[in-house]
Amino acid sequence: MSKTLREAYGESLLKYGRDNERVFVLDADVSNSTRSIVFGKECPERFINVGIAEANMVGVAAGLASVGFIPFVNTFAVFLSSIGLLGARTFSSYSKLNIKFMGGYGGLSDSFDGPTHQSLEDVAIMRTLPNFQVFVASDEYQVDWLVKNAIEVEGPMYIRLSREATRTIYTPGTLFETGKGKILREGKDATIIANGAMVQFALDAAEILAQKGISAGVVDMFCVKPIDKELILDCASKTGAIVTVEEHSIIGGLGGAVAEVLAASNVKAIQEFVGVNDRHAECGPYSALLKKYGLDAEAIAAATERAISRK
Amino acid sequence: MGLTAERKQELEELCKKFRIDVIDTLHSVQTGHPGGSLSVCEILTVLYFEKAKVDPRNPGWPARDRIVLTKGHAAPMLYRVLAEKGFFPVDEMKTLRQIDTRLQGHPCSLETLGVELTTGPLGLGLSACVGMALGLKHLNTDATVYAVMGDGEINEGTVWEACMSAAKYKADNLIAILDYNRVQLDGTTDEIMPLGDVKAKFKAFGFEVFECNGHDVEELCDAIDSAKAVKGKPSIIIAKTVKGKGVSFMEGKNIWHGRPINDEEYKLAIAELRGEQ
Repeated sequence: MSKTLREAYGESLLKYGRDNERVFVLDADVSNSTRSIVFGKECPERFINVGIAEANMVGVAAGLASVGFIPFVNTFAVFLSSIGLLGARTFSSYSKLNIKFMGGYGGLSDSFDGPTHQSLEDVAIMRTLPNFQVFVASDEYQVDWLVKNAIEVEGPMYIRLSREATRTIYTPGTLFETGKGKILREGKDATIIANGAMVQFALDAAEILAQKGISAGVVDMFCVKPIDKELILDCASKTGAIVTVEEHSIIGGLGGAVAEVLAASNVKAIQEFVGVNDRHAECGPYSALLKKYGLDAEAIAAATERAISRK
Repeated sequence: MGLTAERKQELEELCKKFRIDVIDTLHSVQTGHPGGSLSVCEILTVLYFEKAKVDPRNPGWPARDRIVLTKGHAAPMLYRVLAEKGFFPVDEMKTLRQIDTRLQGHPCSLETLGVELTTGPLGLGLSACVGMALGLKHLNTDATVYAVMGDGEINEGTVWEACMSAAKYKADNLIAILDYNRVQLDGTTDEIMPLGDVKAKFKAFGFEVFECNGHDVEELCDAIDSAKAVKGKPSIIIAKTVKGKGVSFMEGKNIWHGRPINDEEYKLAIAELRGEQ
């Protein structure tokens, strides 16, 4: 295990934001949790803590963006995509103001705080907003690229982070491309398309399947919007079986985005959805929650076998 | 510095023209908000034609003042004022709220030159003005941010969140102007959500508070001058206004928040605004 994604985020934000006078960082009284405090301590003149006022935070960010700054707004994903949504829609989606929405504690990662603090709908919500790009980070080096990219590229972005650590998948300095998934493993029987913390379990599932003689590919679809249609259709036509895996509701997130691509194409392929099955979770240790709600390697492997059997 | 009698009369003539033209537009397109447009007329006129640094030939001028109509539904009056200022042809007013128009039902910063911020959903405009003010201070400009707010709007809790952040970060380049007409969509503010002692509330939230008659251009100018002199905290001018001001059958009536004007009403309204009755 490497460092937590939030720790990686705090470090990257400081690394790329310290000398860039256009970067402003805002938080809603959870900067110690989101780790935006790392930037706040070093650059207090460009750090705004609005208190427990997420909607106001997004509004203040809109004002900063309108006069040329690049504001990063930080709070838990569940609050950003709900209380922060009106500002996201009005100012960033409709008016294209350059705000970076950093959804901390994504998925079930705020495990002990329970369903009120977990976020299983944020990707679906933010994905429907025109002009938004939506990312779900899968490891610390990807987080680093996402932060750098968010500063360099103009436009509204929602970037989901995690409270937890993930296994390191990439090497330092790995380059990514918006709208391009990363092929992590080739396979010919099925393709597992995952993102966020699920990528590591997708790789484990591919190992489990390999021992049974099943060849499953793995794609890290860290960019949910714009989605990599070309790669999805290429995988679907090669393997005929797609398994989407996300730490999110099975409604409207990565699985939905992939299904939209498949449904509109002429490629015949089966899709299985791994995610939380239209319900709220509960509190408990993170790994126990992932297991109980069907988000571990065994569940992904089983779904892949189901997909193959439906071909 | 007070207004000369001549300048005062010029501003009043502008207001008279804007009121007539807005009623004319709203009648011709049969949609849009008359009540709040008429009440905010002098506030916008004084800002754009007397007090604020705004240049339509250089709309992106970084050090310009920012005027934000946070009560976005009064867009017709904002558009009429912007057109007069030279941001777009006055003739374009007839496209208000129509398909393919640049003059959307509520102001959009991408669509209409001169609109600083997209507004309409109430409650977040002041937050954005706080962000603008802090950003402009960080850039060491002497620009002022004017947030033109409605009194119904301050039912929204986010307004008070914005007030707290303006006070915390000493946004003394922020001047809010409250179009205090005491009427909202469903009824009077007293009926729908009593605002209590508005002056004391803003004071308690860290603002320097000024009061004036929001239909008196001279009083508005003086209040803005006083607010600009405040250091270390944001200011608000509580501008006492009348919803539907200038058209007696609309004055103080919540039904005129967003009702279309029929031909008979139009004739009466225009005659009154022109001083023909």
